[in-house]
Amino acid sequence: MLDQTHTALDGISVSIRDLELSFGAVKVLQDLNLDIAKGEFLVLLGASGCGKSTLLNCIAGLLEPTGGQIFIEGKNVTWAEPSERGIGMVFQSYALYPQMSVKGNLSFGLKNARVPKAEIERRVARAAELLHLQPLLDRKPAALSGGQRQRVAIGRALVRDVDVFLFDEPLSNLDAKLRAELRIELKRLHQSLDNTMIYVTHDQVEAMTLADRIAIMRGGVIQQLAQPLEIYNRPANLYVAGFIGSPPMNFIPGTIAGSEFVGAVRMPLSGYDWERGPHTSGNVVFGIRPEHVKIGDAARHCACQTTVTIEVVEPMGADTLLWTRVGDDEFRIRLDGQTTIHEGQTLPIGFDIDCASLFDAQTENRI
Amino acid sequence: MVDISQTYSASRRLDGAAGARPKRRISASRIMTYGILCVICFYYILPLWVMMMTSLKGMPEVRMGNIFAPPVEITFEPWVKAWSQACTGLNCDGLSRGFWNSVKITIPSVLISIVVASVNGYALVNWKFKGSEIFFGILLFGAFIPYQVMIYPIVIILREIGLMGDVWGLVLVHTIFGMPILTLLFRNYFASLPEELFKAARVDGAGFWGIFFQVLVPMSLPIFTVAMILQVTGIWNDFLFGVIYTKPEAYPMTVQLNNIVNSVQGVKEYNVNMAATLITGLVPLTIYLLSGKLFVRGIAAGAVKG
Ligand SMILES: Nc1ncnc2c1ncn2[C@@H]1O[C@H](COP(=O)(O)OP(=O)(O)O)[C@@H](O)[C@H]1O
Ligand SMILES: [Mg+2]
Repeated sequence: MLDQTHTALDGISVSIRDLELSFGAVKVLQDLNLDIAKGEFLVLLGASGCGKSTLLNCIAGLLEPTGGQIFIEGKNVTWAEPSERGIGMVFQSYALYPQMSVKGNLSFGLKNARVPKAEIERRVARAAELLHLQPLLDRKPAALSGGQRQRVAIGRALVRDVDVFLFDEPLSNLDAKLRAELRIELKRLHQSLDNTMIYVTHDQVEAMTLADRIAIMRGGVIQQLAQPLEIYNRPANLYVAGFIGSPPMNFIPGTIAGSEFVGAVRMPLSGYDWERGPHTSGNVVFGIRPEHVKIGDAARHCACQTTVTIEVVEPMGADTLLWTRVGDDEFRIRLDGQTTIHEGQTLPIGFDIDCASLFDAQTENRI
Repeated sequence: MVDISQTYSASRRLDGAAGARPKRRISASRIMTYGILCVICFYYILPLWVMMMTSLKGMPEVRMGNIFAPPVEITFEPWVKAWSQACTGLNCDGLSRGFWNSVKITIPSVLISIVVASVNGYALVNWKFKGSEIFFGILLFGAFIPYQVMIYPIVIILREIGLMGDVWGLVLVHTIFGMPILTLLFRNYFASLPEELFKAARVDGAGFWGIFFQVLVPMSLPIFTVAMILQVTGIWNDFLFGVIYTKPEAYPMTVQLNNIVNSVQGVKEYNVNMAATLITGLVPLTIYLLSGKLFVRGIAAGAVKG
């Protein structure tokens, strides 16, 4: 067994050690280790079914892990009740108590904790002010809009003065406009509070905009844990590279021959920022993001050049997507929205090594 | 590809008949439907009609024999007699004794069985313990064992615990026999409520009873209504258990009714018998009428998820 001092490190809010969880024979989480700093906004990002909610429920104490330990503020809480962990949780479906008013919803947790009446009043008033809920305090949840309901749900965590906020896809049930608004509101809230926040989402925009760090999960395993830009610029493996970015990174399979990548295109590798020293041979996958591909005159100065025929043009307003092929592989290019390129046009394109990624074809890891 | 001009003109044609909503023509199938419905209604209402009419006639008029005719002279005498004077083989204080016995049996049986079953259902859904599925399976299995098999063993059990012939013995029997179906009902209803609500309440520090009484019960009125109706009507209408497990002084209303109707002393007073039967049926009927809407809603809600 681990002793308590193991994670009594300064500045660590939540620490997860060798966490394991199975539903019967199905291992949903395995060997999961994660340290989250005090006041950090950590986003758990991954496709649906990868175990994000399961991990969050373990941290909240709503699921009992089959192995490993969880520490919150230095205390081993692996077997503690949810209400004893200093966490508050916000759910996708809001989960407001339908028979209670907004005020009743906000104060329910405090009443259970036997907080004195005056103190309850004070905290509810403060949360209502912070979340603009004052005019709604006497309403029932049914009489609120989706955005208002989610603010009440956040308020319910807020009044309890918890160390850690847990969010399970809190914005997924809202329409796009409200989602963007509430996202900003959440970011402001985090800036004005000093709570740690763990936020689960499958939406990479939410993850990129909100996170101090993102943990990308797949099949119950964390693939990469890093700051948003680091993940965008230096994805740790093919999965992360394909998951982050919309449209995703273009991949060209090939080999390294000496100091050159050879595939559907040839690309000198001098200047590439190797992960662990240069490779001079082996099967690899070359990756370049659609927005880092240059066309026309700009392409002539690039280290790697080729010519493609545009198959589909997708104007999106702010930018335009071009769909084409390099070799046999689909290849996407993102351009400024004012471009006049049309379908069927043949274009010179080019890209440089400094924004490219290389992955080992076998291990799929960045090299 | 859809030709836009074509769909446009098509929609124009649809809009064309502006103005008041056209009168629906009565089609043959509609006549058929209403015809069948009327026949069925008639079939069900007729006996009720006969009973109502007979119960409001005096005996001379009953003997004249036209059972469908409305009373020439309305009298409530048979109702009064049925309630307070009709004779069974043992006594002559009418249905009133049976009514109060039934009340004494029904109220505790309904309350206890609903309280226990709702907690059962809640625990089975939200606080799954090791073997909870097996427990539920056994409970359900209980619903399929024929009553007749259990009659004698229960006699022995009640005798051993000293409740044989007692109203409370019958309460116990009703509570146990209602348990499988009621537990199933509550379990399905609670399973249909969002799980996140339960999780939120746990994070908010509510315990087993706190979540049950403060969060779940307030939002479960429809299913409690369904359970109440099922139990009240089932227990009120019970005859078999009542006649087996109670003594004559404690007979429920149904048994009392039977004894009045089948009493062999004197002339058969059809009007009194009809009135007695109607009085006995009044309680379940009232319950249905008062809570019909909630009943339908609860049945629908409980059926959503298994
Ligand atoms: N109660 C459960 N019993 C069995 N399997 C479950 C249960 N809850 C979740 N799972 C499985 O665990 C995996 C992870 O689920 P979840 O954590 O909800 O994913 P996410 O939140 O990332 O979409 C899924 O494959 C899901 O089918
Ligand atoms: Mg989830």
